[in-house]
Formats: sequence, structure tokens, C-alpha cells
Amino acid sequence: MTPEPDISIRIFSEPQLLAGVRALVEVVGTGMGFAEKNRCLMSLAIDEALSNIIRHGYDSRRDGLIWIHIWRVNEPRGLRFVIEDLARTVDPAKIKGRHLDDIRPGGLGVHIIKETMNEAEWEIRKDGGMRLTMSKRLSDEERQSLEPNARGTTNP
Amino acid sequence: MNKDLVVERRSEGAAVVLTPQSDIDMARAPAMRTAVAAVIRDRPPTLVLDLSKVIYVDSSGIATLVEALQISLKNNVRLVLVGINPRVQSAFEITKLVGMFNISDSVAKAAG
Repeated sequence: MTPEPDISIRIFSEPQLLAGVRALVEVVGTGMGFAEKNRCLMSLAIDEALSNIIRHGYDSRRDGLIWIHIWRVNEPRGLRFVIEDLARTVDPAKIKGRHLDDIRPGGLGVHIIKETMNEAEWEIRKDGGMRLTMSKRLSDEERQSLEPNARGTTNP
Repeated sequence: MNKDLVVERRSEGAAVVLTPQSDIDMARAPAMRTAVAAVIRDRPPTLVLDLSKVIYVDSSGIATLVEALQISLKNNVRLVLVGINPRVQSAFEITKLVGMFNISDSVAKAAG
């Protein structure tokens, strides 16, 4: 059975709320031992996931609901994120990043998520909307730099 | 809570320097886009985007910079980025856009 998330928040589909979520990911990432570059990329990936929901799922409406759940994971050490919404569904097979040789604005979000996270999986929720599950593990270097008595975490 | 992005505009010789005063994200990218378009309409020889006060840029911000590059090229305006911090650099690297932009280490050099 999956344990309860360490953190669960619900936000409206309001772009101005994303800075707060980024800050949260930064803080939790710091506590887990992620280096600055990875914290930055992880915040960016979460931000992109939320931006995509707001822009494409809710058509930039600001009253949609988005749930963000975060687990601290021990083995392998890292973070697991689940983001759920009640927005328009899309076939997960059609969620693809664009080819980066094509230099144009837009379409970078999925690429950023897939490049940054160790896992990223989209699915359609039974109750409507989408669920995105992502995980990010510490690199070998980050693990080695952790203090030996780093505090315990859950293991979903 | 975010506010609209303030973008300072000044001249440095013949160049125009735009300095966004905070992050360029989904909420703030439209203001950046508007500021860039206003400068390009004047067709200065060089547009310098001083990003020294930008700690974070998301894909909306990156898209805005790519748009700026495209309309600069179309209007024969040289676009130069300055003051890119490591976090913004990471976003450029992951989107493989580092080599696309003319990047300088100072506004004076960029404007010269």
C-alpha cells in the first residue's frame, strides 16, 4: 500500500501560484540533498508540468483544481511527485516533447520534464482528468556528499 | 505573490538595453514579450537583454527569448544576452539553446 504523501497541496490553475510551488520544491529538494543545479531543474520540471495543465488542460482558466503530492523516498533516495487535475484528458501516448533541432518558441515543457526526471508517466484518471507521476533520484555524487546520519524518509 | 514583470529600458550608445527586474515565467513572460516588441519596432542596431536580475526562467520565458531572437533576426537587430546566472544557464542547457544566442559578459561589451 502506498503511504500517505509527505506533502499534499491543492492549488488553483493560476500562473501566479507557481512561484510558491517552485519554492516548495526547492526547500524539499534541499532537505533531501539535491545539489543546486538539480533542484533548479526539478523545480523547472514541476513548473512545466503545472504550466501545461493550466495552458492546455484548463485552457488558461484560473479556477481549475490541481493537486500536488510529494513523497520523500529512501531507496533509492529521492523525491516522488504526483500531480493530478480535473482538466481535459489527452492520450498519454500523444504527450511528446518536440525535436530540439526545430528552433521555435513553445513545446519545451515535456522535453524538460523527461530530461530532468528519472521517471515521468502520464495517465488518465478514472475520475476524470490526468495524473502525472514523476520521480527524481539523487545522483551518485549527491548521495556521496550526504551526511551519514541523514534523516529517514518514507518509501512508497 | 507575483506582480507583473517590470522591464527597465535604457540606451547604451546606439544600443537599447532591456533589464527585466525579476523572473520570467508563465505569469510574467507576456510583459517581457511586449517590451521586446516595442524595442524591435524602433530597430536599434543592438538589443541587449540584461538578465542579471533574472533568477529563474521557465519554458515560457525561454520561448519569449527565442521569439526575441527570431524577430531580431528578421528586423536586422543584433540581440545579445548578458548576465545569465547558473540557474538560467541550466534551463538553456537542458533545452539545448545555449549555442543559439549571442552571449556577452558585460553590457558595455554587448552594446559596443
